[in-house]
Amino acid sequence: MNSSLFFSLARYFNRGLVGFLLASSLSAWAQFRVEVSGVGLTQLPIAVANFRGDDSAPQKMAAIIRADLERSGQFRSIDTGSSVIDEVARPEVSVWRQKGADSLVTGSVTRLADGRYDVRFRLWDVVRAQGQDLGGQSFPVAAGDLRLAAHRISDIIYEKLTGEKGIFSTRIAYVTKASQRYNLWVADSDGENAQTALTSPEPIISPAWSPNGTQLAYVSFESRKPVVYAHDVASGKRRLIANFRGSNSAPVWSPDGRTLAVTLSRDGGSQLYTIDANGGEPRRLIQSSGIDTEPVYSPDGRNIFFVSDRGGAPQIYRTSATGGNVERVTFTGGYNISPAISPDGRWLAYISRVNGAFKLHVMELATGTTTAITDTTADESPSFAPNGRLVVYATQQQGKEALMTSTLDGKIKARLGGQSGDIREPDWGPFQKP
Amino acid sequence: MRRILLAVGVAALMAGCGSAVKLDSVPVEDKSGTPISQSGAEGQNAGGAAAKSGVTGVDLGKAGQDAINAAGPRIVYFDYDSYVIKPEYQSIIEAHSRVIKGDKNRKVAIEGHTDERGGREYNLALGQKRAEAVRKAMGLLGVPDSQVEAVSFGKEKPAASGSDEAAMAKNRRAEISYR
Repeated sequence: MNSSLFFSLARYFNRGLVGFLLASSLSAWAQFRVEVSGVGLTQLPIAVANFRGDDSAPQKMAAIIRADLERSGQFRSIDTGSSVIDEVARPEVSVWRQKGADSLVTGSVTRLADGRYDVRFRLWDVVRAQGQDLGGQSFPVAAGDLRLAAHRISDIIYEKLTGEKGIFSTRIAYVTKASQRYNLWVADSDGENAQTALTSPEPIISPAWSPNGTQLAYVSFESRKPVVYAHDVASGKRRLIANFRGSNSAPVWSPDGRTLAVTLSRDGGSQLYTIDANGGEPRRLIQSSGIDTEPVYSPDGRNIFFVSDRGGAPQIYRTSATGGNVERVTFTGGYNISPAISPDGRWLAYISRVNGAFKLHVMELATGTTTAITDTTADESPSFAPNGRLVVYATQQQGKEALMTSTLDGKIKARLGGQSGDIREPDWGPFQKP
Repeated sequence: MRRILLAVGVAALMAGCGSAVKLDSVPVEDKSGTPISQSGAEGQNAGGAAAKSGVTGVDLGKAGQDAINAAGPRIVYFDYDSYVIKPEYQSIIEAHSRVIKGDKNRKVAIEGHTDERGGREYNLALGQKRAEAVRKAMGLLGVPDSQVEAVSFGKEKPAASGSDEAAMAKNRRAEISYR
């Protein structure tokens, strides 16, 4: 696993180096570095041959697709050497079967007269004696959307072979800090194609995607106190959600997008409120004499998980979305924070302090079974991919902040690297409409 | 203050750049201005002969600054995981409470901070607790709540970098910030 990924990436960087360097801009340092640090048990072996036209296109389709599939933890990449096979060719399936592949991806990228590119692919089942054509598709796209086309192809392959929706064409928001400037970024799920949504001399924390993926709510300290904004990503238009006396923080959207839950201190202490997404007066959700914060809705919208120190130390609790019926959820450890719920409602990801180290844990809610899934010691801010198969989180590696994705069993991890600044506060966006 | 000086400097530079006149052929007039002092505070450049190239700084934030400065330190430090104001910081709170009570128009923010350990949002709530502890202590001394806003920066604005205990002790604090 390790070596095949390493080689495929090395090839990618060799071929892509010149373009990669030329294209290096403000966002270049925020590129993904894939580092697989575990071995999955049941991975589908797949060969993704270089697309015809990859060598002259601005983006290398095959390399993007390979990295996507490997990062998911569900696939093992079979080395394809320098083979170039397009979607029209009928591949010699026995060759690929001998190399250990179950599936083969072929394709092409062709520059059209109007400057756009036509990206085509075909997926083959090479286990069958004659090989079986599992279908293909064509994407005519602008040069700037070539990566998106590759991610869409990865999504189709993933769904065809695993039966689940792929998350490669989704987006991740995160925050970087470099030389006292804070940037809120929106990047592809592989961390590439990062674009700045907000730049500020003051901290930005807790970005949260709206359920339809068009807006980000976040906490900005630009007015020398924490204030909650909602930000339309396409237009850059911002509006105030909560700017009350005291601190305003921890925004999260209800699954229907109509309501935000926030933490306000306007009535003293950090307490939970809900606010209409169009503004208006906040409604107190529940009441405690201590800290209540970090609310997050269950996917069905019926419950809100949150962190409270009502028992003396921070633990994760659950209440109904209208308040009431508060029950404790975490019982192990004296510091459990930052809950995230998987889209199917089965899993709780959270940060637990263990012997002074802050570690990402995953709990199966039905059984309460809990697993620590990292070997790092400063994990923060977990967020589930919309298909629930991966978690993105912030951590520290060699004293530098980094973003990682991990499978829920912790076996396959990939790093989103930041070279010249600290990187934190990831939030994984929803499925995008094609 | 520094920003205003900078703006004046930049404006002067730009004015210089805009003309093609040789600078050494232009007679330099002594136009050093009289310092504008509010609330009777003496400007630092008021006395003595000003140099011909001198720039007189105008500090709009100077109003009432003397009383604030006289009140001394503005930072209250806390123990790990604690929101209790230690006795040695009571005098700081008393001194600033007098200043705030002395001017009904004065607005103050108490800014709570934490060390780097733990989550950002939970630390924001912890910093809020520290800020509110200071606000409550001022309230007991008769400072109206309307003049004091308790806010938190959590672990986002450390005073000292580094992860050793000395740095973290400097970061667990509440700052009295005059607005």
